Amino acid sequence: MVPMHWYIWLSAAVFAMGVYGFLSRRNVIIMFMSIELMLNAVNINLVAMSHYMQDLTGQVLTFFVITVAAAEAAVGLAIIIALFRNRETTHVDDLRELKG
Amino acid sequence: MTLVQFIFFYNAAVITLCSYLVVTRRNPVHSVLFMLLMFFHIAGLYLSLNSEFIAALQVIVYAGAILVLFLFVIFLLNLRDESLEDKSITNWPTAAVISLSLFAVVTGITSGLKPGATGQWSIEKINEVTHIKAIGMVLYTEYIFPFEVASLVLLVAMIGAITLAKKHVD
Repeated sequence: MVPMHWYIWLSAAVFAMGVYGFLSRRNVIIMFMSIELMLNAVNINLVAMSHYMQDLTGQVLTFFVITVAAAEAAVGLAIIIALFRNRETTHVDDLRELKG
Repeated sequence: MTLVQFIFFYNAAVITLCSYLVVTRRNPVHSVLFMLLMFFHIAGLYLSLNSEFIAALQVIVYAGAILVLFLFVIFLLNLRDESLEDKSITNWPTAAVISLSLFAVVTGITSGLKPGATGQWSIEKINEVTHIKAIGMVLYTEYIFPFEVASLVLLVAMIGAITLAKKHVD
């Protein structure tokens, strides 16, 4: 029998890894992947709680989180492409000035 | 250790290890490949939690679409390895302290949680109608409005991504 708080700890660990990756890496693609890590951690938590509460609300919310994550990844990567076209760098510390 | 516990430990160990490897590799393609491995094990975790539709959705959408998008962008931008200087990993002790304290706060607060009143979708009831039908029964009746809004979100994302990334011909 797997207790519910093991799933919450796993979710917290993956979320903490996502936070660490987002704050420490300066490559914008890796920062995006850290955001996806955080969203997946939340999904693990939601599905586990939905299983233990015997309700389907968590899984429906997971469905929506996956949808929004896909949309956000598409738009974010399009922004990165447009940014790279203008500035030729993916290093976030170099992108500190607006044009003009 | 029972089989269910072993499945959980195996999946959780690989997920945690892969999440650490995703954020620390220098080559972005290696990060994406470790994230792919992590997504498959998250889907395995969902399968052990009796939610096969969410597992399939995870593999199809995350591993099949989002990661492919990441790989395409990495190849399009022609990213090389991060250089060996410390320019790319700045100030990692601060980040480590922040993430460790976040982990400590979340686990400290939630370790005493007990589940409240259970709903009506027990495992037997989910298996009697299949899982995808059970999600459909909830999604299209109670959550129809967020469903329509999600379709709008996808439409806006599609239009936005195309507009942002196309070459503007002057």
